[in-house]
Amino acid sequence: MNASGATRSRALPVQARARRRHLKRFRRLLGPLSLLAIWALVTGLGVVSSEDLPSPWHTLHTARELISDGQLPSAMLISVRRVIIGLTIGTVAGVGLAVLASLGQLGDDLIDSSMQLLRTLPILAMVPLIVIWFGIGETPKVFIVALATAIPIYLNLYSGIRGTDRKLLDAARTLELSRLQIIRHVILPGAMAPFLVGLRYAAGIAWLVLVVSEQINATSGLGYLIVNAQNFLRTDIVVVGLVVFGILGLLTDAGVRALERRVLAWRST
Amino acid sequence: MTAWIEDPAAGVRVRGLRRAFDGRTVLGDVDLDIAPGEFVALLGASGSGKTTILRALAGLDPADAGTIDAPPRRAVVFQEHRLMPWKRVRANVALGLDREAVAARVDETLAEVGLSGHANAWPKTLSGGESQRAALARALVRRPELLLLDEPFGALDALTRMKMHDLVLRLWENHRPAVLLVTHDVDEALLLADRALVLVNGRIEGDYAIQALRPRQRTDPDLEATRDSLLSRLGVGSGSRDPRQLISLSLEERTL
Ligand SMILES: Nc1ncnc2c1ncn2[C@@H]1O[C@H](COP(=O)(O)OP(=O)(O)OP(=O)(O)O)[C@@H](O)[C@H]1O
Ligand SMILES: [Mg+2]
Repeated sequence: MNASGATRSRALPVQARARRRHLKRFRRLLGPLSLLAIWALVTGLGVVSSEDLPSPWHTLHTARELISDGQLPSAMLISVRRVIIGLTIGTVAGVGLAVLASLGQLGDDLIDSSMQLLRTLPILAMVPLIVIWFGIGETPKVFIVALATAIPIYLNLYSGIRGTDRKLLDAARTLELSRLQIIRHVILPGAMAPFLVGLRYAAGIAWLVLVVSEQINATSGLGYLIVNAQNFLRTDIVVVGLVVFGILGLLTDAGVRALERRVLAWRST
Repeated sequence: MTAWIEDPAAGVRVRGLRRAFDGRTVLGDVDLDIAPGEFVALLGASGSGKTTILRALAGLDPADAGTIDAPPRRAVVFQEHRLMPWKRVRANVALGLDREAVAARVDETLAEVGLSGHANAWPKTLSGGESQRAALARALVRRPELLLLDEPFGALDALTRMKMHDLVLRLWENHRPAVLLVTHDVDEALLLADRALVLVNGRIEGDYAIQALRPRQRTDPDLEATRDSLLSRLGVGSGSRDPRQLISLSLEERTL
């Protein structure tokens, strides 16, 4: 694209930009790193007893143990699987409902009021009901994740579709696009940004409701690992579980953001 | 309701078009003819109902009464490009066309408007003039019998606008659609059109043939008389003005 002559003069700003990016990344790491330092300090100086909070090294040691005896990997695998299945079902349901609700008056009347009602309900309060319905197998965990994630996806996509630019719709009509083509080429791509916001939010919620439901009603998974450790006063295992949750949450968020960068490439200049 | 008749061989024939918004009449009784291949400019003050006529012709809005005969293949270019931001230029131009015939014709049309180099660009990265050229390509690739232009150059700078005038004339000469160009700019109408119509009080109150040969110059003395009549019909006196000032006079500037 560039003329070869321009390459040299551009080299400097590109480098400068890269340096700024590194600096930014470093600054963003500063927060977590200082938390870690405080943690090490407080536990190392004995301000907090090791029964209340184990030191970072102790936690690392416990993590190694839990990994080598297979407890942590198997718990993680189970939880990750529940999140993936629940989030997938929730996304499909949320998208389907939002499309149905926003494309016709009938769908709107039937679906939107129920979804607006559902959003005001604290989903976790439904856990007892869900246990009564589904018992204690995989179904209730996946179900609650699906339910909790469908709602933000629905809400964001619905308002995204509703907010479609009328001018683009007019243009599409002058191009004689069919209704289906308009949905595919105008409405859905336009609603992609709000949808991804919903997805990111849903991914966060998925972990939240999963861990709570695993703590109330499970014999496996990360949430179970944590409550079980609590019963034996194994603070170190509890902390390992928390750290793992944090890491999984960050990874999920990074995944959605990567998806965002790909799908919304047209927005960046 | 409006009665619609579509005939590819005939031009545009509008009779008794009426439109009111919230009880306020915007179009009283509009009669309008455009012969096949004819280039007609529609002038009128802001809010006089030019866009309303154009949208009725495009089939975007219903009218309250009247008949519209128009060819079936119509294409519109609006003041803003209205490209889908999430589609690259080529995909925007190809939007809604049948697969097979398309690829070659799309590239051909992009070359015609001078955008071959931007076929893979995102609309966001185009300049104002480039965006409008892409919008023109999207309209032309459909081989319209009627091309509706709603102030397509209104947002462009003077230099780009002049280039776009040349481009539109060339495209019109190559493809010969009937054209309805809505504009604020008297000089634009004089440079481009076969005929200029003036919309006043919800009716076409003036119909001026512009016979000067193309390409025309703004200073062409043949245009002088028509310019005067158009301006006075639009309620903008021109008697005391230096003719050189008139060159840059556009209604837009005066009414804003
Ligand atoms: N959808 C609508 N609802 C209500 N009023 C409308 C609507 N569309 C147009 N109008 C009114 O009709 C009148 C004519 O509008 P129109 O857009 O046709 O004017 P115009 O001649 O194109 O003006 P401009 O040169 O500023 O674009 C205006 O007073 C406008 O407010
Ligand atoms: Mg208008």
